[in-house]
Amino acid sequence: MIRTHGLSKRFGKVVAVDGLDLEVDEGDVYGFLGPNGSGKTTTVRMLLGLVLATSGTVELLGRQMPKHAGRVLPEVGALVEGPAAYAGMSGRANLALMDAMGAGGTRRDRAGRIDDALDRVGLGGIDRRPVRAYSLGMRQRLGLAAALIRRPRLLVLDEPTNGLDPQGIREIRDLLTELNRDGTTVFLSSHLLAEVEQLCDRVGVLDRGRLVVQDQLDALRGPTGRLRIRTPDVARARGLLDGRIEGIDVQELLVRHDDPATLNRLLVEGGVRVELLAPEHRTLEDVVLEATGAGDDRVPR
Amino acid sequence: MIVVELLKLVRSRRTWVTIAVIDALPVLVAILLASTDIGPRPGTGPAFLSAVLRDGTLYPLAAMAMILPLFLPTAVAVTAGDAIAGEAQQGTLRYVLARPVRRTRLLMAKLVAVMAFALLTLLVVAATSYVLGVTLLGGVTAGQTTTTFSGTDLSGTQLAGRTALALLYALLSMLGVASVALFLSTIVRSPLAATMGTMALLIGSSLLLTLGAADALRPYLVTRYWLSFVDLFRDPILWHDVVQGVILQAGYVVVFLLAGWANFVTKDVTD
Repeated sequence: MIRTHGLSKRFGKVVAVDGLDLEVDEGDVYGFLGPNGSGKTTTVRMLLGLVLATSGTVELLGRQMPKHAGRVLPEVGALVEGPAAYAGMSGRANLALMDAMGAGGTRRDRAGRIDDALDRVGLGGIDRRPVRAYSLGMRQRLGLAAALIRRPRLLVLDEPTNGLDPQGIREIRDLLTELNRDGTTVFLSSHLLAEVEQLCDRVGVLDRGRLVVQDQLDALRGPTGRLRIRTPDVARARGLLDGRIEGIDVQELLVRHDDPATLNRLLVEGGVRVELLAPEHRTLEDVVLEATGAGDDRVPR
Repeated sequence: MIVVELLKLVRSRRTWVTIAVIDALPVLVAILLASTDIGPRPGTGPAFLSAVLRDGTLYPLAAMAMILPLFLPTAVAVTAGDAIAGEAQQGTLRYVLARPVRRTRLLMAKLVAVMAFALLTLLVVAATSYVLGVTLLGGVTAGQTTTTFSGTDLSGTQLAGRTALALLYALLSMLGVASVALFLSTIVRSPLAATMGTMALLIGSSLLLTLGAADALRPYLVTRYWLSFVDLFRDPILWHDVVQGVILQAGYVVVFLLAGWANFVTKDVTD
């Protein structure tokens, strides 16, 4: 669905994106992570043909961009750096206007498609108030509705849950999961690790314009080779496992060991009551922090 | 896309408020003239104004001469300056382009909408001032004909034809303004800056026209021939300045539209 080869963008002396090779396949929910200023938004804009690449190529839905934008983009729904709408018009009028601007979808079923999209994002009962009077969350939902209106094959979303409350975030997550189940590929750019962890099955991590990680989420969250043990008998367990303990807490131990079954037997035979024994997995946070530096919003002295 | 832009234009309240404000000036002048009967002495004041007391059917031309130096170009500069920079500031530009709308098409649609606005304004002003001229200032009585500046007579159809020509000429002048404002609108981020930049050019041009030392520049100043449409009402028509004006405006249009287009299609849209 998305392929970039050596994609780079330079603004004057600043290299915003450097030699990016993105691979997003059909049916993926791809999480695009990175600190602030790492080039996520510039990349999204290059995918959509808004920013023109200094070098490298972008292929969307199997076609070169921005050369074939006219064929490709009607099948792509996008939310880039927050929603935007004509403030003096109602949400519905905004959607109708945007829909009328280009190809994809017929005029006859426009009203129906608008209703569908509004229903999907939870704005079905919206009245004729101008967008000027909308709350941040409502604008965000309207932006999503605009992205969904032509039932796109690919959704490119930049921070889609911005400004939503926990309830709203949950709704959008469910919506994206549902769309993905129906075959929509989702490219989600975010710096919210929890959001990506819950939603995505593939992850790319950007750091200072370079793609430092790109893999299946499950592979990234592999075991660390340590086992986590919860027990009320911490002191006794320490005696048995001396030399292998790498972390200790009131009721928990982290032990370097490669076979949970053997370890369990050792503990039980030694009179340790085991409440829980599980391999430790890396979190997405570990992966990202390991792979990236500080964002550019940090300005140390 | 052109249809969408025209819809936005006629649906916007700002369009109609602006037209009403522009129209207010000729309306006020008509009322003042009718109630006091004091016209400017022939040869002074705005063009046609001394003639309308005798012949109200000329009032649309007088109204055009009133709004053309400042009111209309200001409104055109505001509308055209807002065209791209306004969408960018509002954040809608990225969604319009990702829709996708081709950049060249968007620029053309914006230009068409601005010119539709100028035409609409001119038509509203012409219509109201014709009605006012005939009712308040009095039309020509039957058998009498309108008189040209040269003192010869002008039939009704001749008058209508020449008025249409004058309207086209005014539109072309506004196309020059729109091209400059649209060009600036593709460069700056703030619509206000694009409008003010255009106004600076117009005011600077009018100022230089009064300066003897700037004689060498005169034929190239954008406002130089704006009021030459008056020459269409001489007998025979004095074509020289009108033709010069058409050539000059065409030059401004080509240069600034091309520059605006070249800038816009190669621009990184980062707003």
